[in-house]
Amino acid sequence: MVRFENVGLRYGNGAEVLRDVSFSIEPNSFQFLTGPSGAGKTTLLRLILLSLKPTRGFIKLFDRETSTLGKEEITAIRRRIGVVFQDFRLLDHLTTYENVALPLFVQGREERTYRAEVLELLRWVGLGERINAFPPILSGGEKQRAAIARALIVQPELLLADEPTGNVDPSLARRLLRLFVELHKSGTSIVIATHDLALMDQFDSARRLVLGEGRLHVYD
Amino acid sequence: MPTLVQRALSKIAGRLKPGLSLVSSDSIASNALVTVIAIMTFLATLTAGAAMLVRNASQDWSSTVAREMTIQVKPALGRDMEADARRAGEIARSVTGIRDVRVFSRQESAKLLEPWLGTGVEMADLPVPTLIVVKLDSSQQANVTSLREALRASVPNAILDDHRAWVDRLELMARSLVAVALVVVLLVLAAMGLAVAFATRGAMAGSREIVDVLHFVGAADAFISKQFRGHFLRLGMKGAIVGGLFAVFAFVALGFISARWSLDAGGDQVEALFGQFDLGWSGYAAVVVIAGAMAVLTGLISQSVVTHQLRRAR
Ligand SMILES: Nc1ncnc2c1ncn2[C@@H]1O[C@H](COP(=O)(O)OP(=O)(O)O)[C@@H](O)[C@H]1O
Ligand SMILES: [Mg+2]
Repeated sequence: MVRFENVGLRYGNGAEVLRDVSFSIEPNSFQFLTGPSGAGKTTLLRLILLSLKPTRGFIKLFDRETSTLGKEEITAIRRRIGVVFQDFRLLDHLTTYENVALPLFVQGREERTYRAEVLELLRWVGLGERINAFPPILSGGEKQRAAIARALIVQPELLLADEPTGNVDPSLARRLLRLFVELHKSGTSIVIATHDLALMDQFDSARRLVLGEGRLHVYD
Repeated sequence: MPTLVQRALSKIAGRLKPGLSLVSSDSIASNALVTVIAIMTFLATLTAGAAMLVRNASQDWSSTVAREMTIQVKPALGRDMEADARRAGEIARSVTGIRDVRVFSRQESAKLLEPWLGTGVEMADLPVPTLIVVKLDSSQQANVTSLREALRASVPNAILDDHRAWVDRLELMARSLVAVALVVVLLVLAAMGLAVAFATRGAMAGSREIVDVLHFVGAADAFISKQFRGHFLRLGMKGAIVGGLFAVFAFVALGFISARWSLDAGGDQVEALFGQFDLGWSGYAAVVVIAGAMAVLTGLISQSVVTHQLRRAR
C-alpha cells in the first residue's frame, strides 16, 4: 500500500536527510521504523502523509503515484491513513470527545451517526471518564491515548504512529503496544516510529525499518 | 446517573450541532472586527435611510408642485389687470384636465406679501401681478399647450408657469443625492470587505496549526473554508445587528426630534423641506436588508479568502 523508490529529501538547501530510500509496506503488516534521534523517522512519516514532497524518487500510495495528485485525491488518501503525531496535535479548544470525533466531523457526518462509536472507542482506550476534558488538563498518557483514538476512529487501512510511547511509563507503553498489535490483527497495517529498543523487543516478530545516515535498511 | 450521562451527551450534542467552532477565536481581533462591521453597517444604513428620506420628500415636493400651475397676470399700461385676470381664469377653466382655478384677489395677494411688505400697503399703488393658481386633475392629462396658446392670444400680459423647470431641478437634485448615497454605501461595503479580508488572513495565520491538523485528519479545503465562513458569518451578524439597531435608534430619535420641531413655530417648514422623519416599513426593511447583506458578505468574503489562500498553499 506504500512504495518508496529511491526517495531523497532535503529541507531547503540543507544536506539530504533521506537518500535513496526504497521500501514498501504491505497490507496488514506491522513494522517498526527506527533509528537514532534526528535520523529522519518523522520526515519519512511526513512523506507518507503527503505533507512533504520528495526532492527525488517516487512514492506510491494505494497504487497511486503521488507527485501528480490533486487536492481532492490527497484528502481521499489521508482519510485512509490514521496518524498519531509525536506532539499529539490535539486541538486545545475542543474536548477529548470532540478531538476524537474530529476526523468523522470533517467528513461532514452527522453527530448521531458516530456518537456511540466515539464513546465506545474512548472507553476502550481508557478515557471514558475524560470525554469532556480539554487537552491542556490531560496527562501526557491521556493525551497520547486521545491522539491514538483520533487516529483509530476512522478505522484506517494504515496507521502511522510517531514515538507513541515516548511520553508514557513502561507499563502504559506495553498496553499501547498491545492495542496496536490487536489493531494489526484486525487488518490494519501499522508503522510505529520509535527509538525505544525495549518496546521493539516486546514484539520481535515485527519488521524493522532502520534509518541511519539517511539510508534505510530493512530487516524482515 | 443515566440523567447525568444524558445531560453530558446533550451538552456535547449542543456543542457539536452548530458546527464545532474550529477557527480559533482571538477575542480581541474578533471584537475589533465586530466593531468595524457595526460601524460600517450603521453608516451604510444611515446613508441609505437618508437617501430614502430625500427621495420620499422629493416625490412629495414634485407631485405637489407638478399638480399645480400658476398664471401671473402682469400689470400693463392701458390694460385692466382685474379684467385680464378674470379672462385668464375663464380660459383656464375651459381647458380639459383642470380641476380648479383660483384667482387671487388683491386682498389675498396683499396677505401673501404681508411678511415682506408689512400691513397697510396699498396694493393698487404697487405693480404686483395677480396670481391665478390652477390645480390639475390628476386623472387627466391637462392640455397645457392649448392653454398657453389661448392665453397668448387673448391675454398677452399673462405668463403661464407649469413648474416643469422646478420639478426637473428637484428631481435632478434628489437623484444626485441618491446616487451619492449609493456611492457612499458602495465605498462602505468595499472598506468592510477589505477589513474582513484582512481579519480572515489574520485568523488563518492564527489557526495555522488547526488548519494543518484538519488537513491531516482528512478535511477538504471546502470544509475548512466553510468553517471560516461560519465563524465570520457569526461575527458579521453580531456587528450587523448592533449597527442596524443603532441606525434604527438614530432614525427613531430623529423622528422624535422632528415631531417636537413641528410643534414649534416653523416646524411645518422643516417638515416641508425634509419630509417626515418617518422611514416607513420600507425604510426599516432596507435596514434589515443592508444589515443582512453585511453579515452574509462577511461570511462569503472570508470563505473566498480562505479558499484562495488554501489553493495557493500547496
Ligand atoms: N522542518 C524542518 N526544516 C529543516 N530541517 C528539518 C526539519 N524537520 C526536520 N529537520 C531535520 O531533519 C533531520 C531529521 O529529522 P526528523 O525527521 O525529525 O528525525 P527523527 O524523527 O528521526 O528524530 C534532522 O536533522 C532535523 O534537524
Ligand atoms: Mg521524530
